[in-house]
Amino acid sequence: MKIANLSVGQQLPIRHFKASNVSLFCYNAAIWNPHRIHYDEKYTKEIEHHPEIVIDGPLQGDWLSQTVTNWISDDGNLLEFSYENRRASFLGETLSAGGEIKSIDYDTNIIELVLYIKNEKAEVTTPGTARVKIKN
Amino acid sequence: MNDLVSEEARQWIGKSDEPIEVEVTRRDIIKYSVATEQILDKFINGDEAPPMFVAGLSRKIVPIDDLGSDGLPPASLVPDLPLKRVMAGGVSFRFHRPVKPGDVLVFNRTLSNIVGKKGKTGPLIFVTYSIICETKNGEAVLDQEQTRILR
Repeated sequence: MKIANLSVGQQLPIRHFKASNVSLFCYNAAIWNPHRIHYDEKYTKEIEHHPEIVIDGPLQGDWLSQTVTNWISDDGNLLEFSYENRRASFLGETLSAGGEIKSIDYDTNIIELVLYIKNEKAEVTTPGTARVKIKN
Repeated sequence: MNDLVSEEARQWIGKSDEPIEVEVTRRDIIKYSVATEQILDKFINGDEAPPMFVAGLSRKIVPIDDLGSDGLPPASLVPDLPLKRVMAGGVSFRFHRPVKPGDVLVFNRTLSNIVGKKGKTGPLIFVTYSIICETKNGEAVLDQEQTRILR
């Protein structure tokens, strides 16, 4: 990746994610999160009144960070990253993660990105931002 | 709007949890990378941790009998505030260096601020936590800020 080839407004590759019961189990086991809304359907619906098993907010945060890490690969470093879980997402939904270049500083090689996760209704569930430094 | 946050609640600002120490293994990185559907070889092979791996490392591990009926361990650093409904806040990270197998990390979580504000639909309270992650030798790894919004 050469910074001279990048331009403001350029889109990052979009990736689709569809969580399954199994992938959510593996994720919550890996981070040691025993919250029942991620695996106990009866509890999730009857006690916490969600329509379905809930996809973890930080898992969507990770997917959002991957739009950046996969794009820069070994050509740069992620310096800063932020996100906000504005809308819940549920098992069965297919989410799309993407973003675009907001600014490029050719003196410091620092690029600012605006990121999003959208659901199938094209609602942004998780907006985010990132700052990366390109190596060249 | 500062009357929203009592003097007693304000006393919580600056309080910290007990530090959490974590030894990072290649296997833990691989588990996380598979579960989050990483693509890059360095993450899938566990040579380096994905940036958000560290964010999932500092969760408390308590005996099963101490988990609540929701499955969660007891919350800490929660002052008594007049607004109870928790809305999703934001999380921000500053990365200083990648995490690799063999790193020994120390996490310090502090309640860093409580601010009352007038929102469009009524009063809001912003509670901010900061998590500083360093290696055991004191090398900066990651600064994290998490904001919880109460309404």
